[in-house]
Amino acid sequence: MADTTDERIKEISPLRRALIRPELGGMVGTVAVFTLFALFAFDSGMFNSQGVMNWSIVSAQFMIIAVGACLLMIAGEFDLSVGSMIGFAGMMIAVFGVVLAWPMWIAILITFVICCALGALNGWIVVRTGLPSFIVTLAFLFILRGFTIYIPQTIERKTIIGGIRDAAEGDWLAPIFGGKIGQPIFQWLGDMGVIGVFERGTRAGEPVVDGIPMLIVWAIALIIFGHILLTRTRFGNWIFAAGGDAEAARNSGVPVNKVKVLMFMFTAFCATVFAVCQVMEFGSAGADRGLLKEFEAIIAVVIGGALLTGGYGSVIGAALGALIFGVVQQGLFFAGVESSLFRVFLGVILLFAVILNTYIRRIITGER
Amino acid sequence: MADPIIQMKDIQKHFGSVIALAGVSVDVFPGECHCLLGDNGAGKSTFIKTMSGVHKPTSGEIIFEGQPLDFADPRDAMAAGIATVHQHLSMIPLMSVSRNFFMGNEPMKKIAGISFFDHDYANRVTMEEMRKMGINLRGPDQAVGTLSGGERQTVAIARAVHFGAKVLILDEPTSALGVRQTANVLATIDTVRKQGIAVVFITHNVRHAMAVGDRFTVLNRGQTLGTAVRGEITPEELQDMMAGGQEMVKLEGSLGGTV
Repeated sequence: MADTTDERIKEISPLRRALIRPELGGMVGTVAVFTLFALFAFDSGMFNSQGVMNWSIVSAQFMIIAVGACLLMIAGEFDLSVGSMIGFAGMMIAVFGVVLAWPMWIAILITFVICCALGALNGWIVVRTGLPSFIVTLAFLFILRGFTIYIPQTIERKTIIGGIRDAAEGDWLAPIFGGKIGQPIFQWLGDMGVIGVFERGTRAGEPVVDGIPMLIVWAIALIIFGHILLTRTRFGNWIFAAGGDAEAARNSGVPVNKVKVLMFMFTAFCATVFAVCQVMEFGSAGADRGLLKEFEAIIAVVIGGALLTGGYGSVIGAALGALIFGVVQQGLFFAGVESSLFRVFLGVILLFAVILNTYIRRIITGER
Repeated sequence: MADPIIQMKDIQKHFGSVIALAGVSVDVFPGECHCLLGDNGAGKSTFIKTMSGVHKPTSGEIIFEGQPLDFADPRDAMAAGIATVHQHLSMIPLMSVSRNFFMGNEPMKKIAGISFFDHDYANRVTMEEMRKMGINLRGPDQAVGTLSGGERQTVAIARAVHFGAKVLILDEPTSALGVRQTANVLATIDTVRKQGIAVVFITHNVRHAMAVGDRFTVLNRGQTLGTAVRGEITPEELQDMMAGGQEMVKLEGSLGGTV
């Protein structure tokens, strides 16, 4: 019995088997992008320590919000308020930490609580009303952006609040978002001549790149967390189930609403991590921060192989999508290509990714 | 015969001014296949939803294993051993067979104090259970979407049995299937019944019912027209009872055969 095979099931080729892995598109895209830039922009400084750090930081920013958007999309929902949430979170930190002059760690923690609660509210409205999350979070896109502009204008008569770096001086929590790690390693690499060092000035002898920003550490940590959560835990199975077919999942006893609300909260959490890292780096919060980030997150996730309809996707894929995004955006700059063409590229690659994903879904579900 | 595992006594269910069930009584015994027949709108769905804890009866009593019971929700019913396999809403096509099989009942293993999904166990058990039911998978990671409709029903049934169902409610499992697939599902029902599980098989196809049923209850407009034992009733009689007699005879005459 064990050895009999159904003669109607054709052996599937290894190629086809590889095709149904959601990460495939991201992997191929990553290889293609690096090959292209290595060929055409190798001497532009894109691959020296400074250049690598440049596109790594941009990619890491995309990765942080892509992880949240990815898990939420697999759970069957969208969040269009990510960009506004980034602006709002940054502004909250400035209001609590600078205007009200509370200790920075309290400002950061309260901001996390407020933003996760807003994410939960998003999710709660979606699961309660059964409305498409597209519409509900579109409303929040405007509501949060409106407050982000209104609050600083009302209390400070300006739309940018600075002084965050001074306020964060000596704080214990702020360096976890704004600090750097690995300085001794980079100093050593600089001394060994592996990476560039400053030739002149007060910092002569110090490496040009003096550490890994916590932003990148957060990105990697969130990717690992998201990937393990999705593929190796019970909750991950519930995320797939909630997005694949909410009704079937409920019939099997999966708490679909809880899963969805938690994923909205996680997306808000990721947006807040992004915001805190950003205000710590810039030293200020601006009312226009995070504009269009929601779409960039969704594009990275789709390039990474997730289906817009939910139930299928991969965190690793989304991270690769974010990497492609960051490398191309910065690479075009290094290669001296007109930056507006980046948008053209983005639209084209998005279209390709969606068509490829639809085709892959047909393979998985066996429909022709 | 042993005691019935579940007794539905004079169940009434009203939705506002609509009387969906007007006093239905059915006993189901372990190891039997009890067919619940009825045309569309006869109250079959309402009846099984009452049995599986989705609806609360307006009046009447449900006795499960000798105890009167009162389910708060379907999860309660599932925990007690009443499992429902829905026609379409049981499997998620994009997920693998083993992920579907353990959906909502994921096996866990602890690594460093954190609970992880035990994929090795899930894959092994899924392959075993599928072989028992006569389905050869390419692998446990094969997506349910690549299975045929009959195979999906079989996976859903195997899942319910594996997780200790005592009463298995099948909601029109054969209505969307081809001849071959139907035969496979009916064979699965037979396998399950022989394990001592009570099967409640909802259908409006008399031939499917006659193929595996031990007893037959016909619902018509929210009422039972009695329960018949296999061998005491002909398919034609069942068909007539379902359709309410008269008009059906005329129709059959004009169509020249059994519908």
